[in-house]
Amino acid sequence: MAALTEEQSMIRDQAKAWATEQSPVQKFREMRDNKVTNHFFADTWTAMIDLGWTGILVPEQYGGSDLGYLTFGLLQEELGRQLVASPLFASALAGTSAILLGGNNAQKETILPKVVDGSEMLTLAVDEGPRHAPERIALQAEKTAAGFTLTGQKTFVHEGMAATTFIVSARTSGNIGDTDGISLFLVPANSAGISREGISTIDSRGYANVHFDGVEVAATEALGDIDKAYPILEETLDRARAGLAAEMLGTSAQAFDMTLEYLKTRVQFGKVIGSFQALGHRAAGLFTSMELARSCVEAALQAIDEGDNNIAQMCSLSKCRAGDFLHEMSNQLIQIHGGIGMTDEFDAGFYLKRARVIEAAFGNQAYHRNRYAKTLDF
Amino acid sequence: MTNKAELEEFRATVKTWLHANFPTSLAGKTTTTEGDTNLGEDLVTWRDRLAGQGWGAPTWPKEYGGAGLTHPEAKVINDEMLKINAFNPIPNMAIMGVTMVGPTILEYGTDDQKQRHLPGIASGKVRWCLGLSEPNAGSDLASLTTKAKKDGDCFVINGQKIWTSSADISHWCGALVRTDSSAKKRDGISFLMLTMDQPGVTTKPIPLIAGASPFCETFFTEAKADSGDLLGNLNEGWSVVKRLLQHERQSQTVAGRPSKSAPLQDLAKEYVGTDDNGALADPDLRLRLADHLMDADAHRLTIKRITAEAKGKVEVSAAASILKNSATKVAQTKVELKLEFMGNQGLGWEGDNFTEGELSNVREWLAGKAISIYGGSFEVQNNIISKNILGLPETTQQG
Repeated sequence: MAALTEEQSMIRDQAKAWATEQSPVQKFREMRDNKVTNHFFADTWTAMIDLGWTGILVPEQYGGSDLGYLTFGLLQEELGRQLVASPLFASALAGTSAILLGGNNAQKETILPKVVDGSEMLTLAVDEGPRHAPERIALQAEKTAAGFTLTGQKTFVHEGMAATTFIVSARTSGNIGDTDGISLFLVPANSAGISREGISTIDSRGYANVHFDGVEVAATEALGDIDKAYPILEETLDRARAGLAAEMLGTSAQAFDMTLEYLKTRVQFGKVIGSFQALGHRAAGLFTSMELARSCVEAALQAIDEGDNNIAQMCSLSKCRAGDFLHEMSNQLIQIHGGIGMTDEFDAGFYLKRARVIEAAFGNQAYHRNRYAKTLDF
Repeated sequence: MTNKAELEEFRATVKTWLHANFPTSLAGKTTTTEGDTNLGEDLVTWRDRLAGQGWGAPTWPKEYGGAGLTHPEAKVINDEMLKINAFNPIPNMAIMGVTMVGPTILEYGTDDQKQRHLPGIASGKVRWCLGLSEPNAGSDLASLTTKAKKDGDCFVINGQKIWTSSADISHWCGALVRTDSSAKKRDGISFLMLTMDQPGVTTKPIPLIAGASPFCETFFTEAKADSGDLLGNLNEGWSVVKRLLQHERQSQTVAGRPSKSAPLQDLAKEYVGTDDNGALADPDLRLRLADHLMDADAHRLTIKRITAEAKGKVEVSAAASILKNSATKVAQTKVELKLEFMGNQGLGWEGDNFTEGELSNVREWLAGKAISIYGGSFEVQNNIISKNILGLPETTQQG
């Protein structure tokens, strides 16, 4: 754990207490079993808004607390431990980051207070194919007298059924794969021409495919400059990656704790299985990887807060290392628990299923290894 | 002195002193542990000036040759030296003295032992080796058989040690010996300090796979240690050595001076070439190189994080085992990758057909295989992590 300020420790303790008492993993199970609309409990979302978590990144003039990304990361970690299902990440971290980085004053004034009070729920609508590729944008935005007309589709949009506003990456010039010619638009989810359908995924969380069929968008809804929004998109994605990495750290840390507890209590051959050196060494190796991953996750969040010049490199490092560890830890969670780990009654499967989804979100480990190499120019 | 303003004031005085006292002829040089030969006049001057300030071991108390500084203050000295390519040669010169023996004496030693031994170490003039491992006691150190018997005012020692670094040029040895053969393995061991310059001690250097090495075999035949040089209590040497090894791991976790050489990826590009997009031409090697550089980042960031959490004072703790294993992986992978991308040029033993960098990498690669063996092997560190940090039960294999 980084050396925290008093305020940061407070938020972390508050999040830990709230998540373990009000929204433990049993609540996630309840949500899944009851097929709750939009894949999160409305009271969970209300509680988060009341706790002020939607305003952690928002400047005070827009009703937030401006506590920064490391603070949000601490929160993400605790929520990740209990697999808390909510639109907090999509709206208050990913979507809000896009507004903070690309929005003009009028846009900030209109939207941010509503994000804080929960009357707006933002989400990024970026990817169009099965793999993360933010430069492979085909969705067309055609210039009209009043603004733009959007035609195309977005896949796997986080909280896509519940969101009230999409932040859409669209092509205003150039070809698929060009970083030039990409623009960002704020598009209300209830605009004429938008249709969306929910996707049933292994992690039982809310995602949607969203179709844009001649959706009219006013020119004032552009985020950043036309054709030139790719850098804003990348910076936004980096913040989303750093935030997800913190959630991954929490999810894997919980999986580690569950496994360690099992190693200390499960008896076979007349001994607790943690006394077998093969398993002791495996646990030691996992713990070492976890400590190293934690350093990367916290350093990336701090780099964002401090406005360092290597944010892209740090965020790829963080997403990759947190992903590598979560991948391995979620597999070992099942393996070390043996048969009980395979049952739906036990929680291990939830962690494994969630792991693969967050690994893939905004670029998996392979994506970020490659990107990290590019940032170092090789 | 811990607040920021005072620390900055201290920094200014350090700067001024270094400017006036560091012989510029030594800038960028490093010290090797070759004993007194070929030290050179400037290095001797620099050593003695530094020792005069107590900055060879700056956090030790003044009365024992240190400067009584806090860890943040010591870091200021180190940082300022790095800035002007200066260095503190004394830890290298004292061999095991400053990093391991000294801190252990500070913790376990009597006033008399501290007064007799520490100032010599802090001066950089008295060299120490450690007699720990034996031919049949490596990872299982507690099975050592070198015996010491009390005889009047001294202990008489018989047996053999191995992997004694720089034993052939050391003045003193800290040796782990069995003083009670009837006790359980770890209970009959004591830690003795003895002079190397006596008839009962002989040493023999061990050539290694990388060529000449500082490692020696050390033989004790009726060797003598003064009874006043028993460190810690009789038969309680195991706790002394456990602490000593924590200090060793600590000293092995920091990767040393930041490298001035070209980044690894630039060297890789030089040998392997790039494709049209500027990516390393061998895509498999490229991703493994990226993975390694990430490991190196993660290791560096972990040291930084642990230091920040400890508010500047890195505790000698179980975390050292994690860092030692992580440092080992980073160091060994780096030279393996270099060897790989240098191709046949990376495989030379000596001669003009190879560059200095190619030849030194081969030796570093070979010598580096020891990193996961010494100071508690990779596997022993994992035993420590699983038992001491994770609280898993002792494995049957540990005895």
